[in-house]
Amino acid sequence: MKPVSGDRWRGVAERSWRPAALLLACLAIWHLITVTGLVEAYLVPSPGKTFDLLVDKWSYLWGHTWVTTYETLLGFVIAGILGVLMAVAMVYSRTIESTAYPILLFAQVIPKIAIAPLFVVWLGFGFEPKVIVAVLMAFFPVVISTVTGLKSVDAEMLELAATMGGGPVKTFVKIRFPAALPHLFAGLKVAVTLAVTGAVVGEFVGSNEGLGYVILQANGNMDTPMLFAGLIVISVVGILLFLLLDLAEQLMLPWHSSRRGAAVTTLLAKGGS
Amino acid sequence: MSITLGTTSAVAINDVSVRFHSKRTEVTAIQQVSLDVAPGEFVSIVGPSGCGKSTLLKLVSGLLKPSSGSVTLLGEEVRGPRHDIGFVFQRAALLEWRSARKNILLQAEMRGMNSAEAGKRADELIEMTGLSGFENALPHELSGGMQQRVALCRALLHQPRVLLMDEPFGALDALTREQMNVELHRVWRETGTTVLLVTHSIAESVYLANRVIVLTQRPAVVKEVIEVDLPSERDYSATMARPEFAAATAHIRDLLGAVTGHD
Repeated sequence: MKPVSGDRWRGVAERSWRPAALLLACLAIWHLITVTGLVEAYLVPSPGKTFDLLVDKWSYLWGHTWVTTYETLLGFVIAGILGVLMAVAMVYSRTIESTAYPILLFAQVIPKIAIAPLFVVWLGFGFEPKVIVAVLMAFFPVVISTVTGLKSVDAEMLELAATMGGGPVKTFVKIRFPAALPHLFAGLKVAVTLAVTGAVVGEFVGSNEGLGYVILQANGNMDTPMLFAGLIVISVVGILLFLLLDLAEQLMLPWHSSRRGAAVTTLLAKGGS
Repeated sequence: MSITLGTTSAVAINDVSVRFHSKRTEVTAIQQVSLDVAPGEFVSIVGPSGCGKSTLLKLVSGLLKPSSGSVTLLGEEVRGPRHDIGFVFQRAALLEWRSARKNILLQAEMRGMNSAEAGKRADELIEMTGLSGFENALPHELSGGMQQRVALCRALLHQPRVLLMDEPFGALDALTREQMNVELHRVWRETGTTVLLVTHSIAESVYLANRVIVLTQRPAVVKEVIEVDLPSERDYSATMARPEFAAATAHIRDLLGAVTGHD
């Protein structure tokens, strides 16, 4: 049932021409707005000007992009590990679940941008406060999706496991955790985009490097082309990390990927939220 | 109540009752049921929907504790989940990321069996149940009948002396169901395993079993035990045509009709 490679590429083309056309249309509208003078050039720079700046200031942007990506990934990995551990503890112990839930919810509800300054006060202007904000942003979706995944296991499958006498560890490793992976990946994909936001928010509050810093500086100088360039680079970082996870999911869970929609479609579905 | 532990029984259910408690009510699912199953015997259990047939199998496997009475499996009282049985559910309950063969071998991995021996045994079972050629297929690539064959192989991998089946063919179409009946009958004769089969199909219950236990509406008690007087070598259509088969199914249908109030 698998398409041969020629067919596969045609499939990719068939799926991606609509979003590509929409993207081009948006660029065209943006271009028209700027060339007709509908909006002043210092408020909205033309796509061409923004692109030129991306090329000219490439090395400057690249350095800051790397800083933000590093903070994002570190935050994401920590949130992923802590989130999964937390979810496992919550699924296996009702006491832990009921004890931790209010705190978890509180941590999620509190505006991260409001507590970010506190971390700067405590930890200074280095990468640590940004990583912490990224962790806080990304943690919640990982926990929720993993708990959902671990609880989604067929009750009959668990009864069967009990008659096989493998014990709780084997049951977890061979049945429960693999069964939770599709849910976990859904949570990780949301988490990685939130981790980018977290890192940038952390940089807004106090830093001298990173894309958040670039945007804040550009804002101060009324340098709108640089501001737009910063926004574009942040979006690209987020999209690339998302696609990377999507690819990892397809490689690790071929049995699952083959049964759901195409990657591009899921990207658009999730990207809208 | 005196309990005579039949040392010759594979399964002995002694005066067992099961009561479920919800917030305000107490429901008696099974009331003082007793049943002895001899080693190598095939016993079918039929009864109205929701009468507690499945509950009976869970008691034997130790997944559920009786409110009163006791269950003895292979001469040992059941106190928790037992590992010396095979279990087949109505849904195949396969792991969708594992191939058919690896789903069968889950049994071996969970038990820590010797993997070479288990692999050899799995291949024998695959051959026996006609799964050859589908070893590497994922569950969603298999038909319902094929999936249920995989579940059966998995339940037989460790050569359990008792096999518990909870409406294993309930979700299959009529024709596949007949084929599965024929195969199960052959597998049972080849392995000599004791089988307890819960089913809704009267024809299936009679075709496969040495004895059919008819339960009543909840709370379930044993309405009647029917000895199936058919040769042990059972060709499907020839068996269906026998007068003893017709008599037994008609009798069971009467009993079920009488207890459910229909017809």
